[in-house]
Amino acid sequence: MRTALISLVSGTLFGAGLALGGMTDPARVRGFLDVFGDWDPTLAFVMGGAVIVMAVAWRIVPRMAEPIIAGKFHLPTKSDLTPRLVGGAALFGIGWGIAGLCPGPGIAALVIEPAAAAIFVVAMIAGMAVVRLVEGTLS
Amino acid sequence: MSLPGFPEAAPVAGLAGGVLIGLAAAVMLLGLGRIAGVSGLSAKAVGLGGSGIARSGAWMFVIGLPLGAFVVMLATGGIQASFADPITLAIAGLVVGIGTRLGSGCTSGHGVCGVSRLSARSIVATLTFMATGIATVAIMNALGLEVL
Repeated sequence: MRTALISLVSGTLFGAGLALGGMTDPARVRGFLDVFGDWDPTLAFVMGGAVIVMAVAWRIVPRMAEPIIAGKFHLPTKSDLTPRLVGGAALFGIGWGIAGLCPGPGIAALVIEPAAAAIFVVAMIAGMAVVRLVEGTLS
Repeated sequence: MSLPGFPEAAPVAGLAGGVLIGLAAAVMLLGLGRIAGVSGLSAKAVGLGGSGIARSGAWMFVIGLPLGAFVVMLATGGIQASFADPITLAIAGLVVGIGTRLGSGCTSGHGVCGVSRLSARSIVATLTFMATGIATVAIMNALGLEVL
């Protein structure tokens, strides 16, 4: 119950930040990626603001014995740089550049332009399912 | 307020939005001890792996995203946005879905949470998807492919 509430608060703040920062507008996102053309630096401010706040949060973590309402921290432990990581990130960037949407803004935009955002989100889930299926077949 | 030389830029709104995103990720980190990675949490919500959080928690986070955008819509009287055509959106969504699962994250998990943690994996992933995103837009512009 408390996990659900904290998750909802986090998601709502996240969605509000995306909308306020202009990330739910694909034209603005593509404008940021268009460094060789008519560059729009707004997203650098979004990323900068988010990273600064989170850098402070990361400094608080070692001083906490456990999270506020969970028994322990569940943080990524992998440190190896693999072809899978780089290849996946490269593919993601291509998809991001094509339509100017990444997962968060795509989902948040369901209230801004429902039909367009729904197509993106359904296709994204299909892509995730493809990876799951292929991995299931291989393992 | 505008940025000299960049009439289109919205630095103050951008920074404010970024701070809210950072707070959102901090709530997840300090509250639940987890990474606020949208691709991992949405994969978890629909039963395709991803984050180790309870599925109900993943759903609540995902539902919060449009809810938060809706609050901003109400508060500001509307959000400006233009989207690509359905086929472009479908191709982009598919590639984003595959890429984020293979690459273990997206702009939020790697770009915000991982970079601020100085994770080598996240810094490499972020530099990679920024580079291919920039290249994709540049190539599409060079080919005269206007999607918006």
